[in-house]
Amino acid sequence: MPERKIRVMVAKPGLDGHDRGARILARCFRDAGFEVVYTGCHQTPEQIAAAAIQEDVDLIGLSCLSGAHRVLFPKVVELLREKDAADITVIGGGIIPEQDFSMLYDAGIKAIFTPGASLDSIVEWIKTNIKPD
Amino acid sequence: MDSTIKKICEGDVRTASRLIRDIEDKRPDANTKIKKLYAHTGKSFIIGITGAPGAGKSTLTDALITEFRKLNKTVGVLAVDPTSPFSGGAILGDRIRMQRHAEDSGVFVRSLATRGALGGLSQAAGNAIHVMEAMGKDIIIVETVGIGQQEIDIINHAHSVVVVLVPGMGDEIQTMKAGLMEIADIFVINKANRAGAGQLQTELSTMLNLSPQTADGWKPPIVAVGDAFEPATFSENTAELAQTIEEHHLYLKQSGKLTERMHRKAMTEIKDALSSCLMEPLLHSLITSGELEKLSEKIKNRKSDPYTAAEEITEKFFQKRRGK
Amino acid sequence: MYFSKEMQDASLKLTRKWEDEVQKTLKNNPDQKTRFSTVSDKEIKRLYTPEDIKDIKFAEDISVPGEFPYLRGNQVTGYRGRYWTFRMFSGMGSAQDTNQRWKMLLREGQTGLSTAFDFPTLMGYDSDSPKALGEVGKCGVAIDTLEDFLVLIEGIPLDQVTTSMTINPPATVLWAMYCAAADIKGVPLSQIGGTIQNDMLKEFIAQKTFMCPPGPSIKLISDTVEFGTKFVPNWNTISISGYHIREAGATAIQELAFTIRDGIEYVEDVIRRKKMNVDDFAPRLSFFFNSHIDFFEEICKLRAARRIWAKIMRDRFHAQNPRSMWLRFHTQTAGCSLAAQQPYNNVIRTTVEGLAAVLGGTQSLHTNSLDEVFCLPSEHAAEIALRTQQVLAEETGVANTIDPLAGSYFIEKLTNEIEEGAWDYINKIDAMGGMIAAIEKGFPQMEIAESAYKFQAQLEKGEKIMVGVNKYLSNQPYPIPLVEIDEKVGEEQIKRLQNVRRKRDNKAVKKSLDDIRNACKKGDNVMPHCIEAVKNLATLQEICDVYRDVYGEYKDPGLY
Ligand code: B12
Ligand SMILES: Nc1nc2c(ncn2[C@@H]2O[C@H](COP(=O)(O)OP(=O)(O)O)[C@@H](O)[C@H]2O)c(=O)[nH]1
Ligand SMILES: [Mg+2]
Repeated sequence: MPERKIRVMVAKPGLDGHDRGARILARCFRDAGFEVVYTGCHQTPEQIAAAAIQEDVDLIGLSCLSGAHRVLFPKVVELLREKDAADITVIGGGIIPEQDFSMLYDAGIKAIFTPGASLDSIVEWIKTNIKPD
Repeated sequence: MDSTIKKICEGDVRTASRLIRDIEDKRPDANTKIKKLYAHTGKSFIIGITGAPGAGKSTLTDALITEFRKLNKTVGVLAVDPTSPFSGGAILGDRIRMQRHAEDSGVFVRSLATRGALGGLSQAAGNAIHVMEAMGKDIIIVETVGIGQQEIDIINHAHSVVVVLVPGMGDEIQTMKAGLMEIADIFVINKANRAGAGQLQTELSTMLNLSPQTADGWKPPIVAVGDAFEPATFSENTAELAQTIEEHHLYLKQSGKLTERMHRKAMTEIKDALSSCLMEPLLHSLITSGELEKLSEKIKNRKSDPYTAAEEITEKFFQKRRGK
Repeated sequence: MYFSKEMQDASLKLTRKWEDEVQKTLKNNPDQKTRFSTVSDKEIKRLYTPEDIKDIKFAEDISVPGEFPYLRGNQVTGYRGRYWTFRMFSGMGSAQDTNQRWKMLLREGQTGLSTAFDFPTLMGYDSDSPKALGEVGKCGVAIDTLEDFLVLIEGIPLDQVTTSMTINPPATVLWAMYCAAADIKGVPLSQIGGTIQNDMLKEFIAQKTFMCPPGPSIKLISDTVEFGTKFVPNWNTISISGYHIREAGATAIQELAFTIRDGIEYVEDVIRRKKMNVDDFAPRLSFFFNSHIDFFEEICKLRAARRIWAKIMRDRFHAQNPRSMWLRFHTQTAGCSLAAQQPYNNVIRTTVEGLAAVLGGTQSLHTNSLDEVFCLPSEHAAEIALRTQQVLAEETGVANTIDPLAGSYFIEKLTNEIEEGAWDYINKIDAMGGMIAAIEKGFPQMEIAESAYKFQAQLEKGEKIMVGVNKYLSNQPYPIPLVEIDEKVGEEQIKRLQNVRRKRDNKAVKKSLDDIRNACKKGDNVMPHCIEAVKNLATLQEICDVYRDVYGEYKDPGLY
């Protein structure tokens, strides 16, 4: 059976406009052979969760540099759970202090990447952990 | 009823989107599901939107969603973007313009990558439309890639085709002559407040007047849509566009042309299905068995020719089938 | 530059000899890499010689400070009369928190103020909007009404200190608050000074805090230019910014070109829309550039910027007043050059970048803090950053003489090349029909995205180095104290806001909002109505909602 193509969504929750990293990632994911839905800036968690479900993505990558990740990241996971879509993996990145990692992991975020993370390591993580059936 | 089918018919987005995924990924059981779904399809009105990249197709689609929602119609959107020939990946960028409808349960937007298809759509488009039909969407809008003149696959899938033009794109009209002209049911001159819009309108009407009455007996109207950044006029114009599309729909129904189009669509679907049931498995087995490689070698060395090879292949294939 | 025949011959001869030597040496001692380029990936030669600058004419191309083309600066006395303004960008939590930080910085020798607003304020939402969830006070100060603003400037002598405000879509509202506050404090508008960033084109291009579409956004900017020219003569009505363009990933040339082209767009709009004479308002236009890590490239970029603008104002807009030709600018060191790994190294990077800004002749400077990659600057980190400027000014001697690198073969050649690169872009955008048309096509956005991606790829491959990130890694922990903005800030801000809503005269608010709406519809200047509205305690969002309603909303097109 041919392998499934990995579908991911790169999303920017909240009012944050720092999109340099997100746009680099979206492009890098395309070059890694994934199909990428990019939401653009200024999305509410509700918009992100709904779009992820409609697009049947395997993974949502949230990028936030504004410090609002503590509220916005868990909200996205919670909405996915409510919509019976807890199987969609959510990872995140941006300006995220180490002391927030554990609360984010507890909330269901599966991995966090911060400044200096190599694109290779991110793609590698996805290829290892995302195996759509 | 199969639970997948039941859920889709109830409008469940997750299940529907997953089936579309199965179609795209060519899962073996996808066709089985489409078979079961088929009886529930065929009731939606399907609109194709095509035109050059950046012409404003996605922006117009977004506006049309708003208009149809005002009329309380449910809307499905399939937006096609190109797959990178280098990596096989794709950035699906149409949906971003429609995100304000993300939370509206009456709207379902699904992006597709071309995955190598050349006609402006994805191979999965036809069946993806069926999935949305089965979901009970009143209207399905299909946005094509918008790369070239060969983008005519849309006529085999849509009831009404809207071709979007913008002033100042240079040899737009030339391109049109080469292909898109014949497929348009409605023309939009988008960003019509810009310099050159009047000229485009004149050129287009002249062309339409010159061309013999279409076989359909419908003369494609031209709708001018002002700048999307001027909210008042834009919504007025897009309401008019929605209205014109409805009129065309009505025309198709009343003139009996709709059945003609449905017929054309059915023919395409058989061809596609044949390809998927015969050609694809056949090629697949030829490739995996190494047979294709061997035959090419023989042909190259003039030990055989393409027709003899093809005959041999089909012979074997049908024998095997019968054997089963 | 003029060189005698004799000197030219000698130079050519010696250069050839040197080239031979280089070839010989390379056989046994090859270079470390095959290509040497700036951080913008502009290729640099091994050696520059008189040959590189022989076509330069001193009087036309270089000249002296205070003379066209102002390559060497606007001020005839350079930094001797006055250093650049030490202006640290700061804002955090509540108005009161920020006021305290400002006072600390002034106490420690800062000479100008610069305000960072939080995301809801930047985007035109009140702190209790659902959109503001989790964002209040996080990335800057939260301002909802004039009452907050009065707390912000409490104890600040508005007639003595100039204040910059990085506020873009709601610039009219925040500036109205500043004007109203001055009025309340009894300081006449003619005596306040400062800058509103107020450059919306670079928002569409780079920073992404946008509200209304480009057309009306520019209209609001022209309103501020007109109002400032008439009533607030010491205010920089716009800060045309390359900083954000660069930080989004642009090269030095792209930063320069897009910024200057944005400037042209504003000048044209004011002349067309407000029927004003260029010399009436151009002297109050100001600029804002980045100073990145590639030392010489930055110095040359800043020099080239002055020369290009002078030429544009003279030749394109036929300005007569020399001040119209002056390009006055603030500089910030490059946040994106800093690393989370081994953060103390950031002090070193910032020092080099600050030095480049000074050698490039900046009028005002922000130096980033060592904790840039983690959080808003801690008090200690901000102090070190301020001290960095003070050391540059007072100890190093670099401010003793004006434009000390002028005449260098390399510097003059690179300045020329950067200028040429910028003209190419400017001409291209002219051909597209101007910057708004180019933005609609996604041209500058895509060029920047391309450069950003290329740089990232070079980092991945080790072709560009960041110490501690992709070379000289270390496992040592480098603990630094981090600033955390308490969630309580948001809760209290919301309480304050709701209090104001309760006590104000809602009829007066409604009337002033209607006045703004009418002004928008008629194309009148909104500024006087905004001042009236904020005095009546209309909130930031109430005014911005009027803009959104009349002008429409711009959404991120996310072009690829
Ligand atoms: C560049 C930059 C800008 C540019 C943004 C340009 C753009 N379009 O992106 C400009 C100059 C416009 C800007 C403006 C502002 N900025 Co700024 N900015 C930065 C800066 C210097 C670098 C960010 C960056 O692009 N890095 C390069 C990219 C490639 O890295 P990255 O995004 O971090 O992504 C990497 C990883 O984090 C990770 N990653 C990120 N997201 C994701 C997502 C997923 C799914 C995965 C797997 C990985 C991942 O992978 C990437 C590759 O390694 C940072 C500080 C810093 N050095 O990090 C401040 C910073 C983020 N900015 C900050 C602030 C406050 C602002 C402003 C709000 C200031 C103001 N009050 O006006 C404005 C608001 C702008 C806006 N609209 O959003 C603060 C945020 C503070 C906080 N969170 O506590 C920072 C930390 C600086 C500081 N210390 O003050 N900024
Ligand atoms: N100024 C203006 N820009 C528009 C208009 N319609 C679309 N755009 C912009 O043009 C670009 C391309 O639009 P899009 O809808 O994605 O075009 P598509 O590629 O045909 O789908 C986007 O940046 C839109 O914001 C319009 O009417 N006026
Ligand atoms: Mg599109």
